[in-house]
Amino acid sequence: MYPRSFEYLAATSLDEALAALADNPDAKVMTGGMSLIPLMKLRLFSPSLVVDIGRVPGLDAIDDAGDHLAIGALVRHATTASSEAVQSGAAALAQAAALTGDVQVRNRGTTCGALAHADIAADQTAAALALGATMVARSSSGERTIAADDFFVDTLTSALQPDEILVEVRVPKTGAGSGSAYGKLGRRGGQSDYAVAGAAAVVTMDGGSVAAARVALTGVGTKPSLAAGVAEALVGTDGSEAAVAAAAARATEGVTVLEDLYGSEEYKAHLAQVYAGRAVTAAMAAAS
Amino acid sequence: MHVAMTVNGREVSGDVEPRTLLVHFIRENLRLTGTHVGCETSYCGACTIQVDGAAVKSCTMLAVQADGATIRTVEGLADGDQLHAVQEGFWERHGLQCGFCTPGMLMSAASLLEQNASPSEDEIRHAIEGNLCRCTGYHNIVRSIEYAASKLRGEEPAPPDWTMDFEGVS
Ligand SMILES: Cc1cc2nc3c(=O)[nH]c(=O)nc-3n(C[C@H](O)[C@H](O)[C@H](O)COP(=O)(O)OP(=O)(O)OC[C@H]3O[C@@H](n4cnc5c(N)ncnc54)[C@H](O)[C@@H]3O)c2cc1C
Ligand code: FES
Ligand code: FES
Repeated sequence: MYPRSFEYLAATSLDEALAALADNPDAKVMTGGMSLIPLMKLRLFSPSLVVDIGRVPGLDAIDDAGDHLAIGALVRHATTASSEAVQSGAAALAQAAALTGDVQVRNRGTTCGALAHADIAADQTAAALALGATMVARSSSGERTIAADDFFVDTLTSALQPDEILVEVRVPKTGAGSGSAYGKLGRRGGQSDYAVAGAAAVVTMDGGSVAAARVALTGVGTKPSLAAGVAEALVGTDGSEAAVAAAAARATEGVTVLEDLYGSEEYKAHLAQVYAGRAVTAAMAAAS
Repeated sequence: MHVAMTVNGREVSGDVEPRTLLVHFIRENLRLTGTHVGCETSYCGACTIQVDGAAVKSCTMLAVQADGATIRTVEGLADGDQLHAVQEGFWERHGLQCGFCTPGMLMSAASLLEQNASPSEDEIRHAIEGNLCRCTGYHNIVRSIEYAASKLRGEEPAPPDWTMDFEGVS
């Protein structure tokens, strides 16, 4: 199973990569290749040029920038999952990274690559959305930031332009009194493989009541979506089991749920409620 | 394109098309056919090797991406006639039937034990999530890896336990 022929550039700097993307409208940037190579083998993607940024120095760090964590383009799932900074400041993202694919996939695939790829059933997309991450996109003409709320557009479609590279994702750290969590049902049962449905939650507690909440779903539609109804119902409550159940029941309010090979609309909506409830409960436990 | 890498301690090089998969370079150019090609869709793990110390699926890497890398394949496990502990474990605990998945299983097992000398059964099962076996039902593969872990810790492996107790496995 070979991809169609293509030219390959092992970029040694971001500028070199950005210039190549600017000059070749149908080029594709490659980081871990864990989605790009399978899609090229299936000939669903056939770029004329692959711009490999895997050797560009300086993109593989997780920096603690005080109020947020800056995760570089080449930080692999395994690193995000095992990073103490991510585990404590953005637990939902560390958990989502730990549940992404298998050991071999986590050793090569990157957190930024998973976000840029925007698979409908990806894990870290939901975590980034719930945590209110900001994407830093660079092209040869400059840099811009894109809020997670505006980043995920459609199936395999993010707000990135073809000549842009996601150089970093900035993830706000959950502070005192707040916590986050992610969980899913995987396609192979348990938590293995892409999400049939999953949810990430960030909850802030204040004196025994829920002060703020953000919940995001994955796997149920064409993109990760905020479950605004859950957050709305939860804020102001004491976060009791009954309050969480009532909030979780609103998981798919305003969210387009679609059936796929792994479940009917009804089943997906049910799972969305179950995982939204579990993520909220785990996030509250982490907040206290 | 010209690529050069170190494979099982040997400097190798060759000329490849950019689309040449690393597994094909290893099997066809280097004639190291221990690394298997199963699904070619990144799922089965039969093609697992180590690149710069990390287990990866060599059907999902381009040979050009491995330029300059240090690679270990299943042929690099044994030291002459001395089997690696994971190979001995698969032998002693019947960790294979047809053997197709075995090279990948061995590489995943060796990678796990380099990072975690005393994995629990649960940790072993999660570590081989990216390796599919159509024959064994995995049970003896887990026993084989437990055998290897004991050996590598310098302990005498517990006597074989051929019962199937799945309690507590998640
Ligand atoms: C067997 C298997 C199981 C998997 N299971 C899961 C799972 O359970 N959950 C899950 O979420 N994912 C899963 N994945 C997908 C995996 O997470 C990929 O690693 C990830 O989707 C892409 O990251 P990458 O670095 O490998 O990107 P690549 O494959 O290199 O690129 C993917 C796409 O994103 C673009 N891209 C990548 N990086 C950037 C960047 N920095 N800037 C701009 N564009 C970029 C590329 O151009 C390409 O279009 C699985 C993959 C495999 C092979
Ligand atoms: S041949 Fe590589 S994962 Fe199956
Ligand atoms: S022994 Fe036959 S596939 Fe594993």
